[in-house]
Amino acid sequence: MPIEANGKTFETDEEGYLVNLSDWEPAIAEVMAAQDELELTDEHWEIINFLREYYDEYQIAPAVRVLTKAVGKKLGKDKGNSKYLYSLFPYGPGKQACRFAGLPKPTGCI
Amino acid sequence: MSETKKFMYLNRRPPYGTIYAWESLEVVLIGAAFEQDVSLAFLDDGVYQIMKGQDTGEVDMKNFSPTYSALGDYEVTKLYVEKESLEERGLSIDDLMHLTWEDEDEDWAEKDSIQVVTRAELAKLMDEQDVVFSF
Amino acid sequence: MSILHTVNKSPFEKSSMASAMAHAADGSAVLFYEDGVYAATKGTSLSDTVSSADGVKLYVLGPDLKARGVAEDRLIDGVQVVDYTGFVDLATEYDKVVAWV
Repeated sequence: MPIEANGKTFETDEEGYLVNLSDWEPAIAEVMAAQDELELTDEHWEIINFLREYYDEYQIAPAVRVLTKAVGKKLGKDKGNSKYLYSLFPYGPGKQACRFAGLPKPTGCI
Repeated sequence: MSETKKFMYLNRRPPYGTIYAWESLEVVLIGAAFEQDVSLAFLDDGVYQIMKGQDTGEVDMKNFSPTYSALGDYEVTKLYVEKESLEERGLSIDDLMHLTWEDEDEDWAEKDSIQVVTRAELAKLMDEQDVVFSF
Repeated sequence: MSILHTVNKSPFEKSSMASAMAHAADGSAVLFYEDGVYAATKGTSLSDTVSSADGVKLYVLGPDLKARGVAEDRLIDGVQVVDYTGFVDLATEYDKVVAWV
């Protein structure tokens, strides 16, 4: 189902992930979050930006436990745990945050 | 799942001509969730998968060579490269990407993931596995 | 009749390169692309088969070399790098193309 953001239409797959990674802009994350009844805070953006950097470097969306560990290393132990990440992204930090970030569904997400 | 099994993935194909290399990498990343003892072996044309300096900009394919650098994050830390396969192709370890993992137990000390082993050593390693997947 | 032979399989996996070289007569050319580019590298156990070809012009497709991280200084002496346009030019320059797939 396509998503409308910033007056433009973006193609998504059947699970709501953006089809073209390069299409992504922050407004897409805002719209997706609103659809999930979530308001994005700086804390959310920290994770979304982290995911985009991770993809840029490794060409994959990390599995949730990999994300948790990597966040812990980069942003501190108080953030590198699933309780914190689930509090931000209740539908799962891997799946939901990756979707907001315009990434594919995480590799190793089962 | 109670007991840990030893899984080895054999990579024998070059990276872009067929889908095998990328499929193997995806299966490894997915399989890593099961917390088994995983190792990868690169032999025959598989050694080409981890050549450094890959740039697919002009061929309209995804360059997945950076993904090998994520294996450490997935706790896949044993990458065996067969010495004879390198030599037959005029390559040495210096032609390969420098792949590392960080040891959480030693304050994230960076360690090499790649170990060059002889054909005989690889045969022995294969013998020690519970399961060997071939790509 | 001059022939452009093309090889797109790894020489370590398939016999395409060996057959192409065996059938490449004086005045013909061989173009390596896709996984065939590995056959154009020196210092391998099969390099001699390519480098010993007499009177045969050797070409390799640049974008496929780059994709695989094969630097041009690894190429067997005398192998020329061509781009996609160069590939097309060669195909028209020779009387026919024989693809060793």
